[in-house]
Amino acid sequence: MTTKATGNHRLLQLKSIKKVFARGTIDEVTALASIKLDIYDQDFVTVIGSNGAGKTTLLNIIAGVYPPERGGSVTISDEDVTHLLGYRRAVYIGRVWQQPETGTAGKLTIEENLSLALLRGQSRGLKGATNKQRRQLFREELAVLGLGLENRLNTPVYTLSGGQRQALSLVMATISKPAILLLDEHIATLDPKTAKTVLDLTDKIVRLEQMTTIMVTHNMEIALNYGNRLIMMHKGRIIVDMGEAKKKALKVSDLVSAFERAAGEEFDDDTILLSRGE
Amino acid sequence: MDIFGNILGVACYEGLVFGLVTIGVYITFRVLAFPDLSVDGTFPLGGAIAAVLIVAGVNPFLATLAALGGGLVAGLVTGLLNTKLRISALLAGILMMVGLYSINLRIMSGANVPLLREVTSFDVIAELFGLHGGLAVSITLVSVVVTLFFVVLNWFLRTEIGLALRATGDNEEMVRGFGIDTDKTVLLGCSVSNGLVALAGALVAQNQGFSDVGMGIGMIVLGLAAVIIGEGLFHPKGIAPILLACLGGTFVYRLFITIALRLGMAPGDLKLITALLVVMVLAVPYLQKRMRKEWLEPAKRW
Ligand SMILES: Nc1ncnc2c1ncn2[C@@H]1O[C@H](COP(=O)(O)OP(=O)(O)OP(=O)(O)O)[C@@H](O)[C@H]1O
Ligand SMILES: [Mg+2]
Repeated sequence: MTTKATGNHRLLQLKSIKKVFARGTIDEVTALASIKLDIYDQDFVTVIGSNGAGKTTLLNIIAGVYPPERGGSVTISDEDVTHLLGYRRAVYIGRVWQQPETGTAGKLTIEENLSLALLRGQSRGLKGATNKQRRQLFREELAVLGLGLENRLNTPVYTLSGGQRQALSLVMATISKPAILLLDEHIATLDPKTAKTVLDLTDKIVRLEQMTTIMVTHNMEIALNYGNRLIMMHKGRIIVDMGEAKKKALKVSDLVSAFERAAGEEFDDDTILLSRGE
Repeated sequence: MDIFGNILGVACYEGLVFGLVTIGVYITFRVLAFPDLSVDGTFPLGGAIAAVLIVAGVNPFLATLAALGGGLVAGLVTGLLNTKLRISALLAGILMMVGLYSINLRIMSGANVPLLREVTSFDVIAELFGLHGGLAVSITLVSVVVTLFFVVLNWFLRTEIGLALRATGDNEEMVRGFGIDTDKTVLLGCSVSNGLVALAGALVAQNQGFSDVGMGIGMIVLGLAAVIIGEGLFHPKGIAPILLACLGGTFVYRLFITIALRLGMAPGDLKLITALLVVMVLAVPYLQKRMRKEWLEPAKRW
């Protein structure tokens, strides 16, 4: 497998990651079979793979929603965070989930959601959650979306459309500029125009803030055209991992046929698809 | 006139003092989405602590504060059962309610503690302001207490920690994703909630002149009924309006109960009145919509 490093130092390292759900029951699923992955500073990795391939599970392991099986390890900036769960890892990781409801608090207003997001990983005190200065910042950040949300700071979020909520999620995930950004099919529910807006905004923020990004998508074109590295997952394994040069040379049709082959077949650990890309 | 004044006065006093219970129930059920039933135990806990301390000669205001503290601790235990031992919220509350029954009996060394010959907080206030009418004194003291907690909560829920608390019941996974330890916010919410309830218990015990192990029965029902009535009648939006709606809902609820009692209904019938009142508040807007042939949401289960 080719793995191209962008920044010089390794920001995220996953070793022997395995995840089994409902172990010992008839519903037992091996969501992640064996994952080894090094992600370098400022990598922008796009991830594709069929439903149930383990993409969301992988992001959950990175974010510390649950730990991997014994023996696996997650390292961020050379700190072993395998057992540092959930909220303690949040300082490093911004995230936009697959469902718009997951990334926002529906009963709170836009302003309250952003206030919550702004203090990512910081200690919270008895200061007022919002003030004039913060509100001004929120308006500026929202205005970039072009959805008019900057004029609706006091609107409860449950009244927004799914797309508006997802766009807000992106702003919330990035407003405090975490080192790592995890995006889980974050534009899948948006209309084409908003999807383009949010995707371009994602790209812009990622470049501007130099965030290391992992973006899951089912859109092959997006997977090829964005980022500097592409990963394909299948049945809990990474079956393709290619760098920028290889990715540039590849056409969507190549990727689609590789994907279809992957979906239809079993692969050994070391199978490398897409050898003709170069 | 006089009888009206009296009914209103009673409803005012009860609306305020039980309003603390309602706000407590609001914090757990609505803000945290934590169905906490320990309330039925923490209300008499507050009464028991205050009564026993007053009988022992402690300053009645200090005794009331101690009751508040007892409630804070009890709520913390409920929260710990849930967050650290992973016992479901419902069961944690029930276990606390049951356990507190025995604890309250121990604290009082019996089923009740009379306070009629003791100097309570209400007596101190009466003395201070030279008031004689019992109801005026009751209303004065509870107004001060409720105003104080209203101001504090209205401020607190807008702070960074308060916001984290409110978000926890809304979307816990997201809140953790922003680096907030939601176990802590749950503990805080449960604690504050039961502190308020125990405080109400302490005030009620002093006002009625005794503390009784059974005085908490039905508190959770009262709190829930008042929350629902307040929401149904006032449609509050924003923190201050919600707190006021809790008080307003309690007032309306107690007004109905007081009137029913005056009309000569047996105390045993009050539960039915409560049930009917809640059904009415929930069903009337629904039936109105139905008659206007508006679109209706499917029934909710939770
Ligand atoms: N919490 C869970 N409990 C049980 N099984 C789970 C859980 N989460 C995921 N799985 C299972 O693990 C496998 C991988 O799921 P995952 O959500 O990671 O897939 P995915 O690649 O994100 O798919 P999609 O493209 O549909 O989002 C699936 O078979 C799924 O059923
Ligand atoms: Mg997924």
